[in-house]
Amino acid sequence: MVPNHRRVAALPPLLTAALRPLPLAPLQPALALALRAVLRRHPRVLARLGGHAGRRFGLDPTDLPFAFVLEPRPPAPRIAAVRRLPRRGLDVRIAGPIRALIGMADGSLDGDALFFSRDLVVEGDMAAAVALRNAIEGDGVDLIRDLAAALGPLAPPAERLLRGGLGLLERLARSGAGEEARAWS
Amino acid sequence: MSAAVGLTLGPVLFHWDAEAWRDFHFRIADEAPVDTVAVGEVVCSKRLPFLADHLPAVVGRLEAAGKRVLLSSLALVTQERERRWTAELASGSGPTMVEANDVSALAPLAGRPHAIGPFVNVYNEATAAWLAARGARRLCLPPELPAASIAAIAAAAPPGLAVEVFAFGRVPLAISARCYHARAHGLAKDNCRFVCARDPDGMTVDTLDGERFLAVNGLQTLSHGCANLIEDAPRLARMGVAALRLSPQRCDMVAVARTFRAVLDGRMEPAEGRAALARLYPAAPFVNGFLHGRPGAEYVAATAP
Amino acid sequence: MELICPAGTPAALRVAVDAGADAVYCGYADETNARNFPGLNFSRAEMREGVAYAHRRGAKVLVAVNTFPRAGAVGPWRRAVDDAVQAGADALILADIGLLDYAARTHPGQRLHVSVQAAAANPDSVRFYVEAFGVKRVVLPRVLTVAEIAAVARAVAPCETEVFVFGGLCVMAEGRCSLSSYATGQSPNMNGVCSPASHVAYRERADGLVSRLGGFTINTFGRGEAAGYPTLCKGRFRTGPATGYLFEDPVSLDAAALLPALREAGVAALKIEGRQRGRAYVEGVVRAFREALSALEEGRPFVSPGLLSLTEGQSTTQGAYRKAWR
Repeated sequence: MVPNHRRVAALPPLLTAALRPLPLAPLQPALALALRAVLRRHPRVLARLGGHAGRRFGLDPTDLPFAFVLEPRPPAPRIAAVRRLPRRGLDVRIAGPIRALIGMADGSLDGDALFFSRDLVVEGDMAAAVALRNAIEGDGVDLIRDLAAALGPLAPPAERLLRGGLGLLERLARSGAGEEARAWS
Repeated sequence: MSAAVGLTLGPVLFHWDAEAWRDFHFRIADEAPVDTVAVGEVVCSKRLPFLADHLPAVVGRLEAAGKRVLLSSLALVTQERERRWTAELASGSGPTMVEANDVSALAPLAGRPHAIGPFVNVYNEATAAWLAARGARRLCLPPELPAASIAAIAAAAPPGLAVEVFAFGRVPLAISARCYHARAHGLAKDNCRFVCARDPDGMTVDTLDGERFLAVNGLQTLSHGCANLIEDAPRLARMGVAALRLSPQRCDMVAVARTFRAVLDGRMEPAEGRAALARLYPAAPFVNGFLHGRPGAEYVAATAP
Repeated sequence: MELICPAGTPAALRVAVDAGADAVYCGYADETNARNFPGLNFSRAEMREGVAYAHRRGAKVLVAVNTFPRAGAVGPWRRAVDDAVQAGADALILADIGLLDYAARTHPGQRLHVSVQAAAANPDSVRFYVEAFGVKRVVLPRVLTVAEIAAVARAVAPCETEVFVFGGLCVMAEGRCSLSSYATGQSPNMNGVCSPASHVAYRERADGLVSRLGGFTINTFGRGEAAGYPTLCKGRFRTGPATGYLFEDPVSLDAAALLPALREAGVAALKIEGRQRGRAYVEGVVRAFREALSALEEGRPFVSPGLLSLTEGQSTTQGAYRKAWR
């Protein structure tokens, strides 16, 4: 068997559990804002998606107690937070640690590599999944920068704050992975 | 229906015992209703010496029987001895036409009548015309071409260029520098012990779920399914295809040729021909998906002409 | 030696140029190029912008029009050639004889390269393309040993040779493989796709991940086992004597350790595969090879790029460059 160089650590289960009681409602406007921010800065994303823009994508951060349903179809692209992905009606399901999903959306991680390492699980319409990945890649989407940019003059400090948050996520995940490794030794 | 459609026997792609190879061609010369026979090693240069001893006799017997003979060149030429063999074959001054299976054979053949085999990529009428202008007289198209492409190429073919279609036999799908027969047996290519000779009809390749899928022939990968365009023959004839190629498998190829001939001549219904071929070659299901623009592994039943 | 880098999208082009590519190669978003994947490649406008971006930074752009034009409908391929010339492409990468002829006649000043899809695997084939169409460079198929590459490079000079040094590895002679279309109806030569995503299905089963292509089971990966592309030639199959990776393991080519030998062989350009890959891959691989090349040129000790995590099956091979591969 080829050894697997798993690289993306998941958040510690304790943290995931701690997040579970949080309500989803406050997340919704932030998500909508984020989607609008990205598409405003990267209008070609939808052109790249072409016919695949009509698909329903399930994005499942496996280390968070919620998931997202993305429907990029113009003229009203939508994203919704859900407790659990619906069993029916999705064309694609992309699942993995939140750090892996964000890494794809900010260009810092390679989607194929995440798939090879099994960090990412993709099921359903593979052509749509590939199109989404290439659309995000193709126009240089950088989730963090795009979000920060939406805040106008506050963009530079906001970007620092967001990247700091991402770093914290990374450290949390790594510490969790470390605990796990110690438990095995 | 046009009776002008000829039959070509393709080169034996597998590693057959040399005497069996010779006797097979002697019988073809004596009994098979084919107009053209391509002979020679196409797949692996290590097999060349085995055939070389019998080649002159086979060519002589076929030509004496009135067949047009094509000398097939190697499909993949990387090593020095393969280059020399190809150059010798292509620059030979004999009356027998050479069938080029690699671009490396084209330069020495320029300006002389020659044939283009199915391993040279001819996907459109522009390439066909360019090759014809350099002396190509026959052109066996790559097996993956759909009917629309075949029709377009045949319609635009300059006078004097006979367009041929791969119509029977396991479909050659790929060629590699690596020997998969040797690899499956845990041997190095240079010390292969000619294990490919154990599978004169190709080594069966199944999926992990046990589904029949491909066939390995040394460096070459073929389909498990056997191409069979006999039900499509009337349509191909109307397109202006000049010949159908029958690729030798371990079965009664004389009877296969007679069946195709009977259908082309209107003496047998295509469906009846298909049933006859199924009895002659029960080893694999028939496929014709490529012709219909479908996955090559499928068989699409003929619609009423 | 020039470093030739993949650009599946405008973002990847900018990343590759910034990371030290001497040239990038790319194609239009249609069947005219061999990476015709959903959401990938360049519009006409993007190509013009990409060429301008690269040229401002001293990098070249090579445009691949390297599928085989469809009979009766060669128009799109000829338009791709015309538009690439008009966009300022430094070279066109072509595979089809008819299209090479068209490009050579219509754009006599344009630099032409022979695509790997033409499978010109020996000096005689290369010379054929040089004499017939005046090509300036040939991309050699991944079936040759380093010694054979050296022999070809010597024999065909001044025509340049370009070889793959990293990325996906075709085990079949390129441009001469219909395995994909046998299972799916879509082929590299005609449609610019191999084992297309639209025909791929993954299913998580109790025993692991099952990949299927066009209905045929290609592989199963155990829990935690590294996965590969669902390409036929990297699948597991059963034969009489053995069950397993009949054609090739899911590995990537990494010829970084062979850079000195390739320079010695007279190779003019090194190519990185991966127009379908993301910015992170392009950035990482291009930077690593730029560094390795600089070390080589300055006589510094060679540093292995360490790119394992980016590779298919997370393992690498030197492929056919080592004779034992055969």
